[in-house]
Amino acid sequence: MGNLTGLLFAGGLGFMLLTLAGGLDFGTPPMLVGSEIQAHAPQQTGAVNIVTSVVLGYRAIDTLGELSILFAAAVSAGLILGRRHTTAGTQTKGGFILYTGGSLLFPLMMTIGFYIIFHGHLTPGGGFQGGVILAAAFFLPLLARPGARLHHKTLSLIEGFAGASFILVGLLAMMEGKAFLQPLLVQDTLGQLISAGTLPLLYLAVGLKVGAELASLLSRLIQTEAPQ
Amino acid sequence: MTSVFDPELILYTTAIGLITIGLAGVVMSSHLFRMVLALVIAEAGANLMLVLAGYRWDAVAPILTSLSEPAAMVDPVPQALVLTAIVIGVGIQALAVSLLIRIRQRYATLDRKEAAERMDSEIAASMGAARDVSQDAPLGERPLPPIPADQVNMRGGDAP
Repeated sequence: MGNLTGLLFAGGLGFMLLTLAGGLDFGTPPMLVGSEIQAHAPQQTGAVNIVTSVVLGYRAIDTLGELSILFAAAVSAGLILGRRHTTAGTQTKGGFILYTGGSLLFPLMMTIGFYIIFHGHLTPGGGFQGGVILAAAFFLPLLARPGARLHHKTLSLIEGFAGASFILVGLLAMMEGKAFLQPLLVQDTLGQLISAGTLPLLYLAVGLKVGAELASLLSRLIQTEAPQ
Repeated sequence: MTSVFDPELILYTTAIGLITIGLAGVVMSSHLFRMVLALVIAEAGANLMLVLAGYRWDAVAPILTSLSEPAAMVDPVPQALVLTAIVIGVGIQALAVSLLIRIRQRYATLDRKEAAERMDSEIAASMGAARDVSQDAPLGERPLPPIPADQVNMRGGDAP
């Protein structure tokens, strides 16, 4: 009975969405914001990647809110799981190949993560994607050696500094007489690595924050005791 | 006329199908971890739907490649939205999984009905009433608040 109701609900919702989607003009979005942004973004923010100029320029406060959502999720996960005892004795180590592979991949993944963060305003990529790769770089050795621990204090320090510097960059724009988090154009060198004013700084803060948060979240999950 | 292999139809059907499958999984599955996985599937469908909303025919990704003649680009706003939505999704999944870990530790099961049953009996035990003593079946002529354990025992002793 419950299953039938569930099926009916899901099927009806799918049918409703399909009917709504059928009425849309595919390939010709009705929103005008996108084309306006495309026309003005390179001059206003100096970023070649227009998605970056939307995330960190036009919707920067939204990104700040999104970072606080992530922070709230990480904090509440830590609150739910609590402080764990060490489980080093109970878990077996990964094999030699896993361990060596994890150590070998660590510098490579760090490099790729920072590369993606620093080229966020030029190529597809940025703080969110690079931050996830950074978190994976820290998490991989942890999977190979379950007894090892991440230094939670350092991680939360990095996270706090990154979040504070995001807000500081926003306040810097206010000191220049602009709106909060409005991008500051230092010099107009479109397409160079050092361009787009404060956007790469913001993305670096986002990347460090996302990386530290996800790494501490994952290590907390892996360190939680298995039920008896 | 639109053929079966109309790309528009296929893309929309895929996105909406993912949302539908995910919601059906959330409503119908009895295992809590499967519920989380179904939520992930529904989220993927919603993200795909958002990206599709910004699609333009014969357009490139919203990154300037040449300054002289900018090509037609897809709408960057939905892409930025999806970028943040994915990260929020990961945070929510981690929160859900940590809740599941606690439920598993507490009730030794991840089955929805079993866990609810054990939770009910635990709540009943902690307030000192027998199970299923609730608004539906109040004891005797007593009003709704549950009866302390010693009084329940006294009444039970008188009855036979």
